[in-house]
Amino acid sequence: MAIEIEAAPSVQLSRVADSETHGENLAYFAGWKAYDEDPYNEASNPSGVIQMGLAENQVSFDLLEECLEKHSEASTWGKGAPGFRENALFQDYHGLLTFRKAIVSFMEEIRCGGAKFDPERVVLTAGATAANELLTFILADPGDALLVPTPYYPGFDRDLRWRTGVKIVPIVCDSSNNFQITTEALEAAYELAESMNIRVRGVLITNPSNPLGVTISRSVLEDILDFATRKNIHLVSDEIYSGSVFSSSEFVSVAEVLEAREYRASERVHIVYSLSKDLGLPGFRVGTIYSYNDKVVTTARRMSSFTLISSQTQHLLACMLSDKKFAKNYIEINRTRLRKRYERIIDGLRSAGIECLKGNAGLFCWMNLSPLLEKPTRESELDLWRTMLQEVKLNISPGSSCHCSEPGWFRVCFANMSEHTLEVALERIHKYMEQRRT
Amino acid sequence: MRLIVPLQGIVQGRGGLILGSLIPCALFYFLQFHLKRRCSPSRPADLPRSASRSPLSTRGSLAPARLSDRAESIARPNESPYYVGLDRVSQDPFDEVENPGGIIQLGLSENRLCLDLIEEWLSENLTGAMIGHGGDKGHSGIGGITEYQPSDGLMELKVAMAGFMSKVLGRGASFDPSRIVLTAGATPAVEILCFCLADPGNAFIVPTPYYPGFDRDMTWRTGVELIPVHCRSADNFIPSIAALDQAFNQARKRGQRVRGILISNPSNPVGNLLPRETLHNLLDFAQEKNIHIISDEIFAGSIHGNEEFVSLAEILDAGEFDKNRVHILYGLSKDLSLAGFRVGVIYSYNDNVLAAAKKLTRFSSVSVPTQRLLISLLSDTSFIERYLETNRKRIREMYDLFVGGLKELGFKYVESSGGLYCWVDMSGLIRSYNEKGELQLWDKLLNVAKVNATPGSACHSIEPGWFRCCFTTLSRDNIRIVIERIRKVAEMCKPSR
Repeated sequence: MAIEIEAAPSVQLSRVADSETHGENLAYFAGWKAYDEDPYNEASNPSGVIQMGLAENQVSFDLLEECLEKHSEASTWGKGAPGFRENALFQDYHGLLTFRKAIVSFMEEIRCGGAKFDPERVVLTAGATAANELLTFILADPGDALLVPTPYYPGFDRDLRWRTGVKIVPIVCDSSNNFQITTEALEAAYELAESMNIRVRGVLITNPSNPLGVTISRSVLEDILDFATRKNIHLVSDEIYSGSVFSSSEFVSVAEVLEAREYRASERVHIVYSLSKDLGLPGFRVGTIYSYNDKVVTTARRMSSFTLISSQTQHLLACMLSDKKFAKNYIEINRTRLRKRYERIIDGLRSAGIECLKGNAGLFCWMNLSPLLEKPTRESELDLWRTMLQEVKLNISPGSSCHCSEPGWFRVCFANMSEHTLEVALERIHKYMEQRRT
Repeated sequence: MRLIVPLQGIVQGRGGLILGSLIPCALFYFLQFHLKRRCSPSRPADLPRSASRSPLSTRGSLAPARLSDRAESIARPNESPYYVGLDRVSQDPFDEVENPGGIIQLGLSENRLCLDLIEEWLSENLTGAMIGHGGDKGHSGIGGITEYQPSDGLMELKVAMAGFMSKVLGRGASFDPSRIVLTAGATPAVEILCFCLADPGNAFIVPTPYYPGFDRDMTWRTGVELIPVHCRSADNFIPSIAALDQAFNQARKRGQRVRGILISNPSNPVGNLLPRETLHNLLDFAQEKNIHIISDEIFAGSIHGNEEFVSLAEILDAGEFDKNRVHILYGLSKDLSLAGFRVGVIYSYNDNVLAAAKKLTRFSSVSVPTQRLLISLLSDTSFIERYLETNRKRIREMYDLFVGGLKELGFKYVESSGGLYCWVDMSGLIRSYNEKGELQLWDKLLNVAKVNATPGSACHSIEPGWFRCCFTTLSRDNIRIVIERIRKVAEMCKPSR
């Protein structure tokens, strides 16, 4: 007898699982897919897509390798592996003290001693992605909002909103003043949130900015801090690119502003840092939250159980970064190399007739292609982006993915490739611009 | 200033101060005045702010911005004896040489018996293992381990992990590397699954007693609730379908949607293995109610007894049940003692869950140097086989020693085949047969015997007096010390009954 098999009602997933808030259908991510399918390789695929949409730092690997070779105990726990056992079992969410001290020392070196950090205020997370999400969980409830200046890193839409249920309200910045954050823009964003009955819990800035590649000036930082104090909200400063400022004197951390104010109103300030950009180690998953608020430190530490850094990795990096000579040397050389790359790409673009925002930091430049747009619209920008991807074979990030209010701007990464590849990319742009002129 | 006017009003009336109706007002105002001067800076930020700052406002800045409700509840110190005990041990840890009077840790299910084997392996194998032999893009040197990688883990590690899991969860169950999602430990693995399977306000049914960490891991940020379903010693702590059914129906009556059931097998804290028939019944139950079933099998490599371990994977391989609702949790913290390296596994038969879980791993990825090390370690199949066998043997030796001591003390315990701990019945020592009595005993054990064991109430056990005692962090000599210390407390407690 035939047995009827009823199709079982399919078991459902959650709203989080089904939602699109992970944002992975954006152009930003679509470009990556195109690269994955046809990646440029000097030897085997010279006509492939060159990846200029990924802000990775590959210019200083040799320095890291040298350091690892010198500090073999970093990778092997020494001969006979003493210390391996404790390390293997170590899952204390305080993190290894040696590692926290090493991170603090690195952060201080980057700021040229302009600010002091306390290892007891360092909370470790598996990457800055986790740090930003964790802070959002801690500072805001579902339905609340964080104010974020535009243009901003596309990943924030996912990292700050997906599981937290928190909203982003943009602080709109534009080219009229080089995209600097103004008090008017801050107030306007706050009022907009209020008018929608949304409670603002904090401002989240990235300094140096991604995608602009520019540091925030001291006076603007003061204004932002004053604004946050007036509204009694938090200030999160994502300083993930702080070691990638081309000239050390041009970076001012919010930590320095607080120190100058003798730490008044500092309980509302939290800094996010990571080694993914400055040390070029994104695969290691090393992020930190540095908070001046004791409760945030305690809570973040507890919540970091969901995102601890491998004790093996902590051990390895503690060995490397405790070598202060290496750290100082690395930071200097890395800066110089990034600056040279930046100057090369700006030069190359200028001779092709393309201008960029004057930048002083980061792994990318903010390129102005608005003169090339058919119409000053997002659709035109995306058309141009598609042309860049499919014809010129360059993956660059359209400003609309970064919520830029003005169409035509693109973020172009220059540190994730060899010098030769950069030249190939510039040549392609030259050719394209020439074709357009004819 | 507001305060002064009413007081002046009181003072002006001659003899007015004495009038009964004025004194409470004065007292009230005085109290407010007094409290304002003494208030701490942590007042909520939603008090109205006036433009001119009152001289009574607190020193320096205004009250700082508040944290979220989620954070406020986490900020409070955790009073569960599970966590309190762990804290106390870290403040005063036993050490044979340095601190012989310190607290002996029986509350942390860690396995220290076989780390020497891994140390040996490292000394012989490590130089190439970590820096990596290139990987997909043909980078040599550090380039291979530093770049962004898929956040759910390198395929090479998934392949190695699939092989390892088929040995551990065993007996022919096969694992498909593409169904593996790697996470920074089992802690985020279970949380990610909850985010994928349930919405805030939904619930999971969890048979008790269960691992105290689930209360935090599954509910803190997800907004999900846990519905405990009690298992009894009379049933050998095997969940009864009738009880599960009742819990499900009660939840439905109060309008709460149950999304799944979470079991652990081998179970924590009891250490028993769920029989094949029970697993079939649980799968039937999940199917009937159209809910998910999560099986936490993290102790599968720590089976030291003779009972047969059956993984859900093995049952599903046979093909009778709907796979779409089944998810297995695993990790390397227990079986390989690598808790610090943060390696957890979600193994799901549901493609949509896999897709969502993979994306969520960006918040909890395994560090790539660690992945590289593990690819080498797990691929060394002869080492792994030797390790698993030796591990089982050594756990068994400690188990035998420990229960030998328990027998001397006259304690009953669950004869278990799995896990790093023993579920011991100390109810004979408690004064009042309830949670309070149990906690009093726990306190004596901690502060007098200087032994930290996990009381059953922290695990939601319905029968008072049970304690989970982990014995794999001890050396053979330590066990003797533990038994003697407990004996002292046992003797203290007996005359009072």
